[in-house]
Amino acid sequence: MVKRKFVKQALSHWMNGAGPDSDVVISSRVRIARNIRNLPFPMMAAPDQSLSVMEQLLGVAENGRLNGLGKIEQVRLIELTELEKLVLVEKHLISPNLASESRNGALILSPNEEISVMINEEDHLRIQCLCSGFQVHEAWDSASKIDDIFEEQVDYAFDEKHGYLTSCPTNVGTGIRASVMMHLPALVMTGQINRILSAVTQVGLAVRGLYGEGSEATGNLFQVSNQITLGQSEQEIIENLFQVARQMIEHEKSARSKLVTESRLRVEDRVRRSYGILTQAVIMDSKEASQRLSDIRLGVHLGLLPEVNGQALNELLVSTQPGFLQMAFGEAMSPEDRDRSRAELIRSRLATVS
Amino acid sequence: MQCQECGKRPATLHFTKIVNGDKAELHICESCARDKGELIPGTSAGFSIHNLLSGLLDFESPNPNPLAKPTAVKCDTCGMTYAQFSKIGRFGCSHCYKQFSDRLDPLLKRVHGNTVHVGKVPKRAGGRLKTKREIDRLKKEMQGRIEREDFETAAQLRDRIRELEKEMSG
Repeated sequence: MVKRKFVKQALSHWMNGAGPDSDVVISSRVRIARNIRNLPFPMMAAPDQSLSVMEQLLGVAENGRLNGLGKIEQVRLIELTELEKLVLVEKHLISPNLASESRNGALILSPNEEISVMINEEDHLRIQCLCSGFQVHEAWDSASKIDDIFEEQVDYAFDEKHGYLTSCPTNVGTGIRASVMMHLPALVMTGQINRILSAVTQVGLAVRGLYGEGSEATGNLFQVSNQITLGQSEQEIIENLFQVARQMIEHEKSARSKLVTESRLRVEDRVRRSYGILTQAVIMDSKEASQRLSDIRLGVHLGLLPEVNGQALNELLVSTQPGFLQMAFGEAMSPEDRDRSRAELIRSRLATVS
Repeated sequence: MQCQECGKRPATLHFTKIVNGDKAELHICESCARDKGELIPGTSAGFSIHNLLSGLLDFESPNPNPLAKPTAVKCDTCGMTYAQFSKIGRFGCSHCYKQFSDRLDPLLKRVHGNTVHVGKVPKRAGGRLKTKREIDRLKKEMQGRIEREDFETAAQLRDRIRELEKEMSG
């Protein structure tokens, strides 16, 4: 099978590093969960029912209603290999759940990969908009427009009291999950992070690592998202997240400028050591890679490493993941091969951007 | 570092779990992780939101009906029982919300602090609700006008409310 661009290429629109506040915010994401009236949720659906859900929802794309997005891709999950699914998870275009557990799962993808629509995940329909930088309002607007298009064609499970009905009661009501992925190295270095994260969790937001639920915060990357989906309007949810993230961005920025004024040499030393290691190392495990890349990212934004550009760093976040490495260097690798390939990839990427 | 599970292959996946302040680190190799279902990040077999939910769901219903057998509550449409729901933390179909409604509100209150949706309404299916919300909004505004003794506007609002109410019952 000819590999399509969305699995072959690591770079996705959300990684372009050109969005607002992209020195701190990697990406902003909004996901909306919807279900079709009178059909059991995917977990309880019989095969013919989930098939009809898939056909009905792909049909919306087929009759041209999503043409505003450009030339969209439609993919049935059974057409993909395990490795290709893993790659899509690593690019944040599908969820781990869709990749590993769905029956009759499918994906609709916009050409720049900003919009991805998952079919037969935990809910029948999950609309995701993933934007570069700090753009939560914009992400909500785009996702909501796609929602309106589906609603013209599909009868949603909606209840006057409980709102949009979802399989998991943690999503009921608005069905919205909005999140901001932030790089907060200065808050970690100055030891302020725990205080800030515990404050954040007290205002109804959750903090997770790069790969969402259950993943550890590596490389100083933190994903902040709303927890409450019922009893607040989408505007309130988005605004709350926006305001809290805004404050975190400001704290990170002031911690960075304090670092530069008070301990410039130490920071510069740390950044350049990591740069030295990444441009020379022959074996690189994923934990060390994410730590070192975090140092380099900080260095770039403090103006200490003019030879590296930010977009390459975002791309490396994804292309150094296990699935991508296997894709790029040939399938079925041992962990040792992978650490060697990772080191090779990082060396070559950092060399070409300088 | 060797894998803690098999002790043969090098550990490539590192987890830190913190439970009640006790930190536990886990270093395992890919193949053992696959056995544990942890190959794809995020699908960790460990603690998930659903585990947390099922913990919350073990609470008794606040007004237990002495005549009803609690475990026998079952959704007529998809066949899911309340016991199943409290185990997996997910509903089987949209009718479950109606079937289990008496137990649901205390749960929603704990999770969201609320039980009533106030956000977006679907254009086609939500017509009635939109009108209802509009009436509520107009009533509030009318009250405000009356307090400010702007009776002319209040009367206009009253007429508009009547129109909408007529529309809804018609």
